[in-house]
Amino acid sequence: MKIENSTDTSKRKFLGGAALTAGIVIAPGVMLQTVQAKPDDQAVTNKVRWGMLIDTNKCADDCTDCVTACNTEQGLTGHNRPETDVQFIRKVKLKDKNTGHVKTLPVMCQHCETAPCVDVCPTGASFKRKDGIVLVDKHICIGCRYCMMACPYKARSFVHEDVQDQKDHNPRGKGTVESCTMCVHKVDKGENPACVTACNKEHKAMYFGDLNDANSEISKRLKEHGGKQIRADLGLNPGVRYQGV
Amino acid sequence: MKLIRYSSIDGNSTGYWGIMALFAGFILAALGSSYYMEHHGHYVTGMTNQIVWGLPHVFAVFLIVAASGALNIASIASVFNKKAYKPLARLSAVLAIALLAGGLMVLVLDLGRPDRLIIAATIYNFKSIFAWNMILYSGFMGIVGVYIWTMMDNSVGKYNRVAGISAFVWRLLLTTGTGSIFGFLVARQGYDAAIMAPMFVIMSFAFGLAIFLLVLMSLYNGTQRELGDAIVLRLRKLLGVFVAAILYFVAVFHLTNLYATEHHGVEAFILRDGGIFTQLFWAQVVVGGLIPLALIYAPMLQKCRKSLGLASVLVVVGGLIQMYVIIIGGQAYPLELFPGMEVSSSFFDGVVNSYSPTLPELMLGLGGVAVSLIAITLAVKALDLLPVSMADAVADPHHKD
Repeated sequence: MKIENSTDTSKRKFLGGAALTAGIVIAPGVMLQTVQAKPDDQAVTNKVRWGMLIDTNKCADDCTDCVTACNTEQGLTGHNRPETDVQFIRKVKLKDKNTGHVKTLPVMCQHCETAPCVDVCPTGASFKRKDGIVLVDKHICIGCRYCMMACPYKARSFVHEDVQDQKDHNPRGKGTVESCTMCVHKVDKGENPACVTACNKEHKAMYFGDLNDANSEISKRLKEHGGKQIRADLGLNPGVRYQGV
Repeated sequence: MKLIRYSSIDGNSTGYWGIMALFAGFILAALGSSYYMEHHGHYVTGMTNQIVWGLPHVFAVFLIVAASGALNIASIASVFNKKAYKPLARLSAVLAIALLAGGLMVLVLDLGRPDRLIIAATIYNFKSIFAWNMILYSGFMGIVGVYIWTMMDNSVGKYNRVAGISAFVWRLLLTTGTGSIFGFLVARQGYDAAIMAPMFVIMSFAFGLAIFLLVLMSLYNGTQRELGDAIVLRLRKLLGVFVAAILYFVAVFHLTNLYATEHHGVEAFILRDGGIFTQLFWAQVVVGGLIPLALIYAPMLQKCRKSLGLASVLVVVGGLIQMYVIIIGGQAYPLELFPGMEVSSSFFDGVVNSYSPTLPELMLGLGGVAVSLIAITLAVKALDLLPVSMADAVADPHHKD
């Protein structure tokens, strides 16, 4: 901020400092916040396709902030039974068999365009919103687990026992299947998913935004550096893309 | 061929009620197991987020597949006009419904929310082969029910052939649908194969016939009715052909996979390195395939009922083992998210998943078998299903005394 010809420098310094402080506080939000809030009375449209980009080069090996944030946001409390406890997002460690190169990355529901879980669900409880977010309607899920058999990403969990401390925005139920909701409750308010927000505090490896909008940061980054799909051979066109794998 | 006389069995003996009580006990245990699983949640079972379908599915799919196979005797009579099988058509059709009922009970009671069955029965996603199966199962009950009616009521007997052909086509669709539940799973290395559908059809032929033979011989033994060699020998040879056909399909399935490098991992797992799954696979080939074939075709055993009974039991046991290898083994092998990479995570990525079935799961599965058997035991008492005699003169139009 340029301050010249000032007659009241102390006042201007104060205002300048305040503006700078506000800028520092607000700027990251403006810079990273590429999403727009959807008014509640407005239907979800296919004009947007929400997606995520994960830059695995920035994903720290020992960091699980995204996992912690997800568990907190969605009210996922385990029972110390890893085989049956619910996980929406997990850190996967990859080691190249030939070179020994190791890296880690988060894997969650990939929000496929042609989602196998949606195809196989007998009641339509597994469904895809027009904006690309894949969800489970807990009211009509019968707990057949066919979606878990069909998901190529091992993204779904069956609720094996009673749940406590549920969040209003993520009603859960024993005997039904669930998975990453892409924090749809936050996205609809114009916020980032919890994992992305947590990651952005330090490593900034996760980006969220509209894949249909050529000017969104995620689209620009994908255009510039490309992005891989896990199991691209299946042709599912997932909404989550990875760089550096 | 002489006029066939049918009659219900008396069903007043101590033995009859003893068997009924035994089956009822198993059914009660199954209901208790289901309540226990639903009350606590599935964590009390051996099933996990890795092995999502367990022992109940093994029993359920086996019974459903066997159900359509049990209808074969009726189909051979009605569709292919083989008169020798005609007298047993009623039993065949009723057994088919009984087996399906048992399988469906297990399938439903293993759901996370069995109380929501009405949703599954009223809301359909027509892209789901599971939804189609629900239509195929209920349709099977209805069509076979009408088929039985045309067999037992002379006033509608003229529709018997139409009903028989409809039931035959429907049963082929049903087993194709059941096989496709696995065949359509593109993401898993152990499935994703079109051959699953016809393989399940041929499996149904063998499993259904083996159960039919066991039920038939038990009923005729238990009621001291005559069961001649003519029909038994025909059924014996038929079972041999079906068992051999299963081995053929299993061989083609694995040979095709072995040709494609991308499937070498899962093939090595099932055929060589998979521990319990490898042992079970080869056990199924020997116990459910080679030994029954030897028992069926050994020249000196041709008229030995016990050898046929043993062969049938082994086909059933082998069938259950085969289902276990397909259903559990297919899930135990890890999903390949990143080919060429060693993968690990807190969610058991990249590891062979373990599964230890629990007693409630076993009891639920056996309860399904008990439902099928109690249904058929009741049906032969309530309805005129069994020919009074299946002596050779009745069964074989060309038989000469």
